[in-house]
Amino acid sequence: MVDSLFLGIAVLTIVSAIAALEMRSLVYGGIALMGTLGGIAGFFILLDSPFVALFQIAVYVGSIAVLILFTIMLVKRELIFQKKEDTKRRYAGIGLMLIVMISLGAIVFNSGISSITTDEPAVDYREIGEDFLIYYWPALVAMALVLAGSVTGAMILARRHDEVEDEQRTD
Amino acid sequence: MSNELIDFVIVSVALLAIGIYGLSVKRNFIRMLFAVEIVINAANLNLVAFARFLPHSGGQTFALFSIAIAAAEVAVGLALIIVAYRMYKNIDVADFRSLKG
Repeated sequence: MVDSLFLGIAVLTIVSAIAALEMRSLVYGGIALMGTLGGIAGFFILLDSPFVALFQIAVYVGSIAVLILFTIMLVKRELIFQKKEDTKRRYAGIGLMLIVMISLGAIVFNSGISSITTDEPAVDYREIGEDFLIYYWPALVAMALVLAGSVTGAMILARRHDEVEDEQRTD
Repeated sequence: MSNELIDFVIVSVALLAIGIYGLSVKRNFIRMLFAVEIVINAANLNLVAFARFLPHSGGQTFALFSIAIAAAEVAVGLALIIVAYRMYKNIDVADFRSLKG
């Protein structure tokens, strides 16, 4: 049986996901996306995974959403409010969304997962730590290198080439 | 737990469908990035839900990996948006034609 807290978080998450894609202003869309990400963090708390929930809030709501908002503010004002959409494409997208929802929903309902319930205690932090440091430590190192590489790559990509412009000006 | 696994999976399916809609309809680079984030979050919700109900720590571990990799993806994606905006003065993907044959 679904409790009211779950229902509230589900409505918040899904409505703000739709709002993130459909709101006219990209800034409000970004704020709505923060609602979706926060709602997912709420689900993680309901699933007795507070560590993942805190990680989600710190990384997604804290940094990614702010990064997105700052990027939006770097873009021209007209582009923030621009909403060019093909009506045919929009209906096709809604059809695709319904097909995905119905087909995956049918698969989920006909699978055996509706009978899965649990009374066992939640996973302990220690087990997650053991997973990271004993079983998946090469993946952890690789992830750290990927993060460092991608952030460095992003900075190099977004850097202004002022030296070239200065040379062109002097020429 | 009062909620069942299927409840979380249904929310996850709904978020996935919304994300796919966004990716197929929107032509704005930033909105497409929003849609990708929604899809990634749907996947993470599934991972953590199954980890809770099996119960197994692997799902939470992989969700943490996924969140970290998504942060890297967003950093690169936003840098690409800035570069594309500087080049084309627009963030509509239909206008990014340099790689078209």
